[in-house]
Amino acid sequence: MTLIDPTPARPAGLNRAQIDPDLAIATVGLSMRFRGGQLAVDNIDLAVPPGSVYGFLGPNGSGKTTTIRMLLGLMHPTDGTFRLLGAEAGDGLDRVLPRVGALVEGPAFYPFLSGRENLARCDAADQTADLNTTAARIDKALDQVGLLAAADKRYRVYSLGMKQRLGIAAGLLRPRDLMILDEPTNGLDPQGTREIRSLIKQIAADGTTVFVSSHLLAEVEQICSHVGVMSTGKLVFQGTMSELRSRGEPRILIRTVEVELAAKQLTRLGLADVTAEDETVSARLGEHKPEVINAELVAADIPVSGLETVRPSLEDLFVQLTGEGFNVNG
Amino acid sequence: MSTASTAQASTAQAGTGPVQPASPMLTPAGQLTHWLRLFRSELRIVFLRPRNLAMFAVLAAAPIFLGIVLKINTPPAGAGGPSGPGEFIGQVAENGVFLSLLAIFVLMTLVLPLSVAVVSGDSVAGEAGLGTLRTLLTVPAGRVRLLVTKYLMIVVFCFTASALVAVTGLVMGALLFPIGPVTLLSGATVPLIDGLARLAMIVVYVAVGLSALGALGLALSTFTQHAIAVMAAILVIVMASEILDAISQVASIHPYLPTHFWLTFDALLRTPITWPDIWHGLASFAIYTVIFGAIALTRIQRANVTC
Repeated sequence: MTLIDPTPARPAGLNRAQIDPDLAIATVGLSMRFRGGQLAVDNIDLAVPPGSVYGFLGPNGSGKTTTIRMLLGLMHPTDGTFRLLGAEAGDGLDRVLPRVGALVEGPAFYPFLSGRENLARCDAADQTADLNTTAARIDKALDQVGLLAAADKRYRVYSLGMKQRLGIAAGLLRPRDLMILDEPTNGLDPQGTREIRSLIKQIAADGTTVFVSSHLLAEVEQICSHVGVMSTGKLVFQGTMSELRSRGEPRILIRTVEVELAAKQLTRLGLADVTAEDETVSARLGEHKPEVINAELVAADIPVSGLETVRPSLEDLFVQLTGEGFNVNG
Repeated sequence: MSTASTAQASTAQAGTGPVQPASPMLTPAGQLTHWLRLFRSELRIVFLRPRNLAMFAVLAAAPIFLGIVLKINTPPAGAGGPSGPGEFIGQVAENGVFLSLLAIFVLMTLVLPLSVAVVSGDSVAGEAGLGTLRTLLTVPAGRVRLLVTKYLMIVVFCFTASALVAVTGLVMGALLFPIGPVTLLSGATVPLIDGLARLAMIVVYVAVGLSALGALGLALSTFTQHAIAVMAAILVIVMASEILDAISQVASIHPYLPTHFWLTFDALLRTPITWPDIWHGLASFAIYTVIFGAIALTRIQRANVTC
């Protein structure tokens, strides 16, 4: 069954000159082919509007991190191009990167330095940082992520949640127009996940565009205004959260002891994708009206003990888009 | 952290500025100030790292150990033979300055190159392994800027390591043995101050030689995220070079070997100083530095940072 239309193809002839420079992130045909021939990122067109919280979703290995590495200039795309805060990929990137806070593939710091020293190290590498306010900015960033009390402990002894928060603090060392956070909740317990979420909300509330990747839809769906869904290197969905929700087609669920008869009746009425389980029959509702179906069933002497229409959960949509994984269906 | 009550960010807030001007252009003076800050940070990382401090301790311990051994078991003057470390061993008991020279000579065969291998291997590969390379590059530190900073850090390390060995040797020599006018390898005796000046020149020469090895290490370091692989590779190269240098059948390639001129500093202990040997050595070091510096620069700009 298909809940979602395939992503429409990119209009032919779109080239770098036509990338909307007002988007926070815009990519056209962005691709990365690894040396082994594997296409890790396959021709994706991201459009991240300024001010949005963009959830970049997809299972592990779907190309999210590689995309983020290209956006930040860590890797060179093998095809396609992009603009970041209006600056073109390539040499122009270093001019806008100071306005971008980034956490790529988990936090990475020196284990033998304290949290504060690690942030000082990041700030020292910044070619345009305000040298007069370093200490104050570091303290403010530590405070924002709730690490001020642990600022002088060595990074080595930080918990995973503290490490992730320090990674975000590095992105907060100066006001940013864009935060790119790669799996900021990876490996965190529910409490830690909630902390990160509220942190992202705060950052977004200040007007910063947030581009956050995750392999778990549930972790970010509450905070995102937009989503892009990756599956095996392709962007299979992109749009607002409500667009994603509305994409799921409603289904009718009928509870009855006469499963087979009910299924036949639904098929006869022209409903598609009829499935029957123990005491439940379901089908894609389409343009049909539930009350009409109910009347038809009753007229056919089928005892209906329950009837409801359901929209697939976001989780279902997500799984639908990205594939089931290993033998989920047995 | 209090939970922000704000709902989802709205789609199109104004002023999130893709059209804002890019970061302000810095004046050259401003660029220098910022670079010095990065350089200081780099030096702090290297010189305060516990493992590197242990390495410095080993470098300082070697002359101390040599001094004690030679104090307990003093070889007679002229013992040890006419060349190699023997040139110095026999003289240590008469003049403590030679403990410093002996220490440099002995450590130059393995321990000093090893320390350079560790630091240069760490420089890029180590950062890549920790993941801090991506943190620095996304700041952005600038790829070329970071690499140049790293190399200058390696040079500072080379000078520090050589000087540490020389100074510890000198202090230990002064404590254990008499110090006075220095009898050179050519037989002439020069005043102590002249001898110390020659020792200082030797420290500089050795440090430049090590810096050339550091450039090799830096280049290798840009190809991997395993610092240990760089260290191993450098040691293999040093060993192979030293072995080839000892085989007279391949004498024609000797001048091209990276280690060939390392011990040529004994030219500074003759009267008159045989400068051509020194210039040859420095030219060899310079060529190695330029070649591998260029490889490192090319590589760092092209590399995909995947770790």
